[in-house]
Amino acid sequence: MAIAVVSTVVFAALAWWAVTSTPGWQRVRFSFFDGPSLVAAWPRVVEGLWLNVRVLVVAALGVAVVSTALSALRTLRGPVFFPVRALVRGYTDLFRGLPLIIVLYLVGFGVPGLGLGIPRLPAEFWGTIALVLTYSAYVSEVVRAGIDAVHPSQRLAARSLGLSHAKTLRLVVFPQAIRKVTPALMNDFVSMQKDVGLISVLGAVDAVRAAQIETASAANFTPYVLAGLLFVLLALPTLWLTDWLSARLRRREQAGSVV
Amino acid sequence: MSAHTPRRDVPAGGAGPVDETAPVLRLEGVRKAFGSTTVLDGVDLDVARDEVVALIGASGSGKSTLLRTVNLLETVDDGRIVLDGLDVTDPRVRVDAVRARIGVVFQHFNLFPHLTVLDNVALASRHVLRRPRAEAEARALELLGRVGLGDKAGAYPDRLSGGQQQRVAIARALAPRPAVLLLDEITSALDPELVGEVLDLVRTLKEVGTTILMATHEMAFARDVADRVVFLDAGRIVEQGPPAQLFTAPRTDRAREFLARFSS
Repeated sequence: MAIAVVSTVVFAALAWWAVTSTPGWQRVRFSFFDGPSLVAAWPRVVEGLWLNVRVLVVAALGVAVVSTALSALRTLRGPVFFPVRALVRGYTDLFRGLPLIIVLYLVGFGVPGLGLGIPRLPAEFWGTIALVLTYSAYVSEVVRAGIDAVHPSQRLAARSLGLSHAKTLRLVVFPQAIRKVTPALMNDFVSMQKDVGLISVLGAVDAVRAAQIETASAANFTPYVLAGLLFVLLALPTLWLTDWLSARLRRREQAGSVV
Repeated sequence: MSAHTPRRDVPAGGAGPVDETAPVLRLEGVRKAFGSTTVLDGVDLDVARDEVVALIGASGSGKSTLLRTVNLLETVDDGRIVLDGLDVTDPRVRVDAVRARIGVVFQHFNLFPHLTVLDNVALASRHVLRRPRAEAEARALELLGRVGLGDKAGAYPDRLSGGQQQRVAIARALAPRPAVLLLDEITSALDPELVGEVLDLVRTLKEVGTTILMATHEMAFARDVADRVVFLDAGRIVEQGPPAQLFTAPRTDRAREFLARFSS
């Protein structure tokens, strides 16, 4: 323990010295780590982050609903449902391949441009839609992997009790599938926490956009650093939760469960 | 067997006026092939109320497939399966309602690991028979008491021994009050010292009156508990009779050869 502390302090001191002794450090410190700029940018960036949080919550709920539906559709067996399965497969392939930023542009500028008589909706609305479209493709694949990992004998046991396909999924398959892929799902959530910052490309005034505005007016990059730090703080609890859950899952598996 | 079947749409678990002398389960000329391999080659079999029938035969003789066709997990190519007067091979039949009338216990227990023992047993009562939670749980507790595991109601299956898990699986299969219980090699995956407790339970079920069709490799058990032993070979019933007769004086060469492998 004592060795670890000393080692950490020495290591940090060395790193600090290495950075601060670089020839450009003074200029970088002024441009990126300027106290007054940070204080000035704080209200606007925090307000922007609040928008990110709201978009994140709505998008996460949307992803949960859409990806559950998609992965359930893929469990349908038989030739009758081939078009459904093919459609879902096409969707997941398309949106896992498309860069999120292109989806954002297509949805954010393309759909309103169709002139469907949809009233003008804010950029964050279209941003949320784009996030749900992209992340549902990833998450439904993760859930599907979880479903595949549930042994077929579980479905057999459920069906032989007289449970319907839908009830078998809901009561037996999904609960086990989600447990199996929780760490992977949490990783996707962390990834989405960062990607909500991309809605700024549509003009939504989120933390990134607010930082951009502040940077332009102050001619100083500190607001970006502030926004970045806030995103990290937002992600930390999720990251820790993911680690904790993964560790717990590992302990359980090593406990030697029979079933 | 009356041709009149007013209960096509059997309420799952519901007991209507049933002819007590009619067989609970009747198989008529059941055929099943997987590709070019014939697995069931015209099986006729009646199981009477409260009768215990043991299916014996080598691996691949069709025992498991026969059980699977009864539970509609496999479709039959030809023939009929009649459960309590209802032709369950009729394509218009409600498959889930039929399955709720048949209890199945598997070789590998197949308990639901994410549910407690109590929830495992109460699941079908709640979600298939749609009984209120309190009633379903009371029934589950009663059954767990009967299989000697009342104190394990709140435990998860992975905390139980194999024998205990299999007893929970039997309680789970009994919960919806099935017309017939299918036991598919239920002791094959158990450590030898755990087999006894499961077989004792089946013996108890027979005493209280349960219609059982079981596939088994436990010849001593079949001999002890079955009312009738059915010897299957290559998808056909080659010989059947009371265990005392079939095990001591088999009439066919096939049965004699098969049983000789167990006595040595």
